[in-house]
Amino acid sequence: MINKIVASLDASVADIPDGSTIMIGGFGTAGMPSALVDALIRQGARDLTIVGNNAGNAEIGLAALLKARRARKIICSFPRQTDSYVFDALYRAGDIELELVPQGNLAERIRAAGAGIGAFFTPTGYGTPLAEGKETRLIDGRNYVLEYPLHADYALIKADRGDRWGNLVYRKTARNFGPIMASAARCSIAQVREVVPLGALDPEIIVTPGIFVQRVVAIRDDAVRAVAGAAA
Amino acid sequence: MKRFTRDQMAARVARDIQEGAYVNLGIGLPTLVANHLPKGREIFLHSENGLLGMGPAPAQGEEDFDLINAGKQPVTLLPGGAYFHHADSFAMMRGGHLDICVLGAFQVSATGDLANWHTGAPDAIPAVGGAMDLAIGAKRVFVMMEHQTRSGESKIVPRCTYPLTGVACVTRVFTDLAVIDITPAGMRVAEMVEGLPFDELQRMTAVPLLPPVAALGAA
Repeated sequence: MINKIVASLDASVADIPDGSTIMIGGFGTAGMPSALVDALIRQGARDLTIVGNNAGNAEIGLAALLKARRARKIICSFPRQTDSYVFDALYRAGDIELELVPQGNLAERIRAAGAGIGAFFTPTGYGTPLAEGKETRLIDGRNYVLEYPLHADYALIKADRGDRWGNLVYRKTARNFGPIMASAARCSIAQVREVVPLGALDPEIIVTPGIFVQRVVAIRDDAVRAVAGAAA
Repeated sequence: MKRFTRDQMAARVARDIQEGAYVNLGIGLPTLVANHLPKGREIFLHSENGLLGMGPAPAQGEEDFDLINAGKQPVTLLPGGAYFHHADSFAMMRGGHLDICVLGAFQVSATGDLANWHTGAPDAIPAVGGAMDLAIGAKRVFVMMEHQTRSGESKIVPRCTYPLTGVACVTRVFTDLAVIDITPAGMRVAEMVEGLPFDELQRMTAVPLLPPVAALGAA
């Protein structure tokens, strides 16, 4: 019997080695898999490359991981937020490397990895500092920049409900990067509010089919109720 | 001298948003536009983090932090609204499906280049978010900004000195002094704040302006 349900948060991240590239879902705190990130902090893996939209809020979730100095690099679109002081200090001290990517290019690079695309031309960023040194091409009268996929060893994502085959549904805008990150990582781990029996999720509305998910772990809702303030 | 207030600027932008338009309002000044959309006009607000049909802020105590906007503030969803993942959300931008986006700016150039994400200051922490995708993606890109900096320099410039967000992407600029279109012939003034002579507007603008079409006959 196939059962992707893992008994505990700690067991779900136990094998993540030092030096891994890890995608972490979420837009600000919506969809941030804080319980999995806390488990990763307890687990101790270091020298990580993190892929996500932001660089953490206050001292929870991703910000706590950065504060524990487990990441050497972050690939994201919007690190600076009103409460991103942990990242800000590390960045100013030169203690973390930043690869800044326009948000749509970040999403499409993640999607491309999951979809087996070798590279793609995008108009976003053309003529800006974020495209410097990159290959460009004029296609049908428009300028494009060549971008490569972003693969990961692990993805940590937050969903609302899941079953033992790994099928997932999300909640409202907490969906954000979850579905594409699940497809882009070699091993995707979803924390869910509720594990449901096979067949309980309407197949017409399953957002992430189980083929993209390797582990599911149930936790109580750990939704973070802090607003990050103005930031994209 | 009379200037448009921020709310008057927002109301002026709102007048240009037609029934049925798919619209993304950027963070900051552009979010004010939502307060001025005429009731009864159906307009679809898009938020980059995965929703269409965004409604107003919830009542106090009704916030749901799984339902937020690009500024990470709680919002609501209108009946008929939808959620989707990030790749779909940015396909809506990059794929040319949005009719209008409204963005703030540090500078706009004579040819419609936009600088709005980074001042280039060495100690600033860079953050771009969805600005570059919006700038090149929407069918029409409206910029809403003060005409001049606090020190009185024109924010409409021959060439942007701040790092670019997008090249030749801005369609129309709404400032506290005027509405200006970027046209193949140059920057053409569409409207000016009441009582402002064209020459005075030109004096405060670092790019040669074409006068309003209606004023040509009178000149």
